[in-house]
Amino acid sequence: MQIGIFSVSDITVDPTTGRAPTEAQRIRDIVTIAKHAEDVGLDVFALGEHHNPPFFSSSPTTTLAFIAARTESLILSTATTLITTNDPVKIAEDFAMLQHLAGGRVDLMMGRGNTGPVYPWFGQDIRDGIRLALENYALLHRLWREDVVDWEGKFRTPLHGFTSTPRPLDDVPPFVWHGSIRSPEIAEQAAYYGDGFFHNNIFWAMDHTQRMVELYRRRFEHYGHGRADQAIVGLGGQFFMRRNSQDAVAEFRPYFDDAPVYGGGPSLEEFSSYTPLTVGSPQQVLERTLSFRDHVGHYQRQLFLLDHAGLPTKTVLEQLDLLGEILPAMREGFDAGRPADVPEAPTHASLLAARGAVDAGGLDRDVPVRDTVTGATDRIAV
Amino acid sequence: MRIVVVQAGLGTPSSSRMLGERLGAAVRGIEPDAEIVEVSVREVASDVVNRQLTGVASPALAAALADVASADGLIAVSPVMNGSMGGLFKLFFEVLDEGVLRDTPVLLGATGGTVRHTLAIDASMVPLFHYLRARVLPGGVFAATDDWGTSASLTTRIDEAAAALVAAVRRAAFDDASRPTPLKPVDAQSSDAGLVLEMDFESMLRDL
Repeated sequence: MQIGIFSVSDITVDPTTGRAPTEAQRIRDIVTIAKHAEDVGLDVFALGEHHNPPFFSSSPTTTLAFIAARTESLILSTATTLITTNDPVKIAEDFAMLQHLAGGRVDLMMGRGNTGPVYPWFGQDIRDGIRLALENYALLHRLWREDVVDWEGKFRTPLHGFTSTPRPLDDVPPFVWHGSIRSPEIAEQAAYYGDGFFHNNIFWAMDHTQRMVELYRRRFEHYGHGRADQAIVGLGGQFFMRRNSQDAVAEFRPYFDDAPVYGGGPSLEEFSSYTPLTVGSPQQVLERTLSFRDHVGHYQRQLFLLDHAGLPTKTVLEQLDLLGEILPAMREGFDAGRPADVPEAPTHASLLAARGAVDAGGLDRDVPVRDTVTGATDRIAV
Repeated sequence: MRIVVVQAGLGTPSSSRMLGERLGAAVRGIEPDAEIVEVSVREVASDVVNRQLTGVASPALAAALADVASADGLIAVSPVMNGSMGGLFKLFFEVLDEGVLRDTPVLLGATGGTVRHTLAIDASMVPLFHYLRARVLPGGVFAATDDWGTSASLTTRIDEAAAALVAAVRRAAFDDASRPTPLKPVDAQSSDAGLVLEMDFESMLRDL
């Protein structure tokens, strides 16, 4: 089980002080937060992509590369990478580059974005959202797997004799998750490729998340990637904890009440009952989180949203400390009853090992490992 | 036949609720086996606003929306406020999942103080349901305050409108049955609104 955090990179006024951090401060703090996530024993740090205030993270690979340089074991991911409005060629290049610099500690999550004007700003039409996600990913998938690509599609200018560089580290493309809240087409896409499926699990009742995951699992099996219960599932979630649950509620309430995404809406209590938000003691957070499995089955990745709504960085770091304290029990809980043949989330090492097994079986060995276009030979050194 | 009555009356009691109930009863007079499901928007009013602001639907609102999605025929009644349908009524239909009222026969009703508001149905409610691709019946029922006292014609209009709705629902059922090849969901198990997969992946890619 991979456990980690994801950030949307919002710069929000702290309602208790009336002050917002500067961009410079918030960007420095995100590095501190990611570093601290590794220090408390978490596995994953994922960063969003936005192209409008109040968010700073327009260029996630830059940030993630910097974090990679300051960490040892943390997996760097995204939440999400806009597969609709980014050029898939640039995604292929940027993330392969990041993969090399981070020594393979990279995967990414595709999403369509939730800000309408980003489409026209990047020359696209929002009505093509799903179709852009399908076509762009089909191209990205090939760019990481074929050294020389000839391609023509509906949305992007054609490519002939194109090689995306650098080639993926060890010729193992980064693992891809597809994030979707309510589009069955995206669950289908994840299932078709045998990629992971991630549900953000923040604004929705658990039974909705459950139906999306069930659809993905059935289709994963349909496409022959394994049994439904072996599909690769990730969930989001959010909490605020203090040792004493009343303290957690009292401290978090002003942030909840004033947050751009919740303010003026349901009460903290209503929102906590409708959605997986948990505000309470570490034990309550632990129990609620472990209950997700009752809805979606044994899954592979749990990410929490912690640094948002104007919470001070100091508070976020304290939340990480508390999460670190319950982490062993959380891992133990997630492992309990987990069948041995339900896989962990793929990592660079596991994908490399799996490819080695294929190679050793003689299935794929006719293809020279040396790149025929670039002539590179050193990239298979592990 | 499942008829869902959505009314957005504000008061208790409310004349919109009364009109909705009368229309539902009239349907049952014609079609005794009809199942009448009542949705009172007032009971989920703050949930509708919360849904708009945060995207989160309370269990009660989710159940009401699922009821509407399951309707063979819809009766929708609003009070007239400042010359058009009530804001709460409009909000409720804004949070419906896309496409759930497509081809559904809809009978509209409205209530107001005087007959001068009669055209609110045609001027404000009909365009909304056309946008939703519903099959709006031509004759809506407007009930002014006076209608509840003096006029037998309200009963006549209610009965006629109910008969038209029943006929439209029967016709719609016939149309559905005689459609050449209904698009069958690829994944038969995910049949709830918004989660229907109608094409497998390779067809999706091919049809870009």
